[in-house]
Amino acid sequence: MADEIILLDFWPSMFGMRVRVALAEKGLKYEYKEEDLRNKSPLLLEMNPVHKKIPVLIHNGKPICESLIIVQYIDEVWKDKAPLLPSDPYQRAQARFWADYVDKKPYELGRKIWSTKGEEQETAKKEFIECLKLLEGELGEKPYFGGEKIGFVDVALVTFSCWFHAYESFGNFSIEAECPKLIAWTKRCMEKESVSSSLEDPHKVHGFVMGMRKKLGIE
Amino acid sequence: MAEEVKLIGMWGSPFSRRVEIALKLKGVQYDYIEDDLTNKSPLLLKSNPVHKKVPVLLHNGKPIAESLVILEYIDETWKANPILPQHPYDRAMARFWAKYIDEKCMLALWNACWCEKKDREKAVEEAKVCLKTLENELKDKKFFGGESIGLVDIAANFIGFWVGVIGEVVGVELLTIDKFPILCKWRDEYLGCSVIKENLPSKEKLGAYFRTRVESASQSK
Repeated sequence: MADEIILLDFWPSMFGMRVRVALAEKGLKYEYKEEDLRNKSPLLLEMNPVHKKIPVLIHNGKPICESLIIVQYIDEVWKDKAPLLPSDPYQRAQARFWADYVDKKPYELGRKIWSTKGEEQETAKKEFIECLKLLEGELGEKPYFGGEKIGFVDVALVTFSCWFHAYESFGNFSIEAECPKLIAWTKRCMEKESVSSSLEDPHKVHGFVMGMRKKLGIE
Repeated sequence: MAEEVKLIGMWGSPFSRRVEIALKLKGVQYDYIEDDLTNKSPLLLKSNPVHKKVPVLLHNGKPIAESLVILEYIDETWKANPILPQHPYDRAMARFWAKYIDEKCMLALWNACWCEKKDREKAVEEAKVCLKTLENELKDKKFFGGESIGLVDIAANFIGFWVGVIGEVVGVELLTIDKFPILCKWRDEYLGCSVIKENLPSKEKLGAYFRTRVESASQSK
């Protein structure tokens, strides 16, 4: 029986993009369903009643929610191709730790950069750069967080990179100036088809954020 | 080579106690190191420089931080009494509910107990939504993990024990039998398990700790 895979997603979501990258890494065919988050579909509400959020992966009718949990699920089910998590338990723990860190810090800070002004924005910028520098340190001299190939942490973090242009523009700063190694890593990831075909055009994202700022009355 | 397992923890922390439950469940021998969180040890700061928090597991000198990450590590390293299911879908569900407890429930329950009086009604409503969601998930299972305790039950230790102790101190009863009969039944079964019972702080000591917190909060006003 062929697998039926459906992804409920929203095009600018860096969380949804993580699932797209994972599915692409594994060479999986799936149906992409765009959600209008101001008018959530009955399917989304049925499949994720707890959070009512995207992304949701529906595999043979069964829903899985929360992007990093979905990525781990994909990795465990289709384990024979392009493993994303290492096989050694200690390395796996380190990967989970850093992916969890990416979830907790950069997202909230990035949001503050484009949605606030003045001192709040300055503080968010400073802390955001500190986070990225910490991640740069963790990357070290490796080509990817996963070592020689992209892994769990790469998937967790790289999807933020298409939001960097928006952060830089509205925050009036340069991420590359502060974290050149990390930007080099994002470019390296983008050379892979699974990443470049899953991430959105930074200019499109910028346009989306501009629309959000107008709606929130920030100018 | 002999295995060396150390746990840096704090007696009153539900996160720290989660790790102890898992280690005890698997029969792993470990050295417990109590950390004074008002004066963090060099070992803690070196082992968890990113968050500087407990618990940290040190396995043959290598540190692992974040309780849910540690629980998965323990499950993968010591195979007796598995705390995660085998099937990838069930594993995804267990991770989902453990995350829900960590990121939504604990915060909502904590807020409901400690917020200002003017915000209390709303905070209690939000906490009850979380508890209802868990009640619906439990349904007719004995534990979240099925017949025996699993990852989600271990993650829910705050709900099983801390909520009651804090609630008594601040005068907010959240886990009531009329609204949450299934969750209350789970709590009683849970606290009846020896591996849980033996890895809880003393009710008196914890109550006193939170009473001090209430007193210092009211003094600073």
